[in-house]
Amino acid sequence: MSLRSPLGRVLGTGSAKDGTAHWWAERVSSVALVPLTLWFLFSLLLLPSLDFAVIRGWLEVPMSGFLSVLLVAVLTYHAYLGTTVVVEDYVHGDGPKLVLLLSLRFLYVLCGGAGIFAILRIAFGS
Amino acid sequence: MPARPRPLSPHLEIYRWQIGNTLSILHRATGIALAFGLVALSFWLVSLAGGEDSYRTAYRAFASRLGLLFLAGWSFAFFYHLFNGLRHLFWDVGWGFERRQRHASGWFAVVGAVASTAALWALLWRCGRL
Repeated sequence: MSLRSPLGRVLGTGSAKDGTAHWWAERVSSVALVPLTLWFLFSLLLLPSLDFAVIRGWLEVPMSGFLSVLLVAVLTYHAYLGTTVVVEDYVHGDGPKLVLLLSLRFLYVLCGGAGIFAILRIAFGS
Repeated sequence: MPARPRPLSPHLEIYRWQIGNTLSILHRATGIALAFGLVALSFWLVSLAGGEDSYRTAYRAFASRLGLLFLAGWSFAFFYHLFNGLRHLFWDVGWGFERRQRHASGWFAVVGAVASTAALWALLWRCGRL
């Protein structure tokens, strides 16, 4: 005999109440990161040098700036999704887990935001 | 109720070490390393926006021995996470679940990551970037 309610059975979410959305977002962001990361790597490799003026000149091109913003945004999102699962799996005790999960969120927003703002400053020349 | 607490996944100590779980753990480990790499990437971008002096300071940090060691580690972590991530995506659409395919793709991810890392640094060295 099942003790699950008919609604619970239809929703099929289990005790965590969600999961597929997180899992799916991880996959979708990973698919986006394949071209984005490879584009970034090969772009840097194809530059004549990694000097200040060369990198700045490259990032000032609208397409480079745009794709770099997307890269940092999706990378931050994917890293957030992945490391969140690691913390949920291996950090025991509700207190430490909550503190770590919240700190990670704040750090990712800070880090991703700083990276994107830096690219925008270069792109808009300030 | 069970007579004793059941093992919940993932408890690392219940696995016999073999290629499958080793690569799975390596996927997570490289993912964590790459999350730290994201901090380095943002730091580099902020230094670039800050002007020539701050960029030079960051460049020196990355070009130092310790910096290069970290960059080498991140490059391997990136290639491994990329190849093994593709492996996961193929599994997600239902391909490559047979034992032989799993092992072959696993070794492909490891060998591919080592070869790509070596090729990248050989290229950087040949172009005089190091």
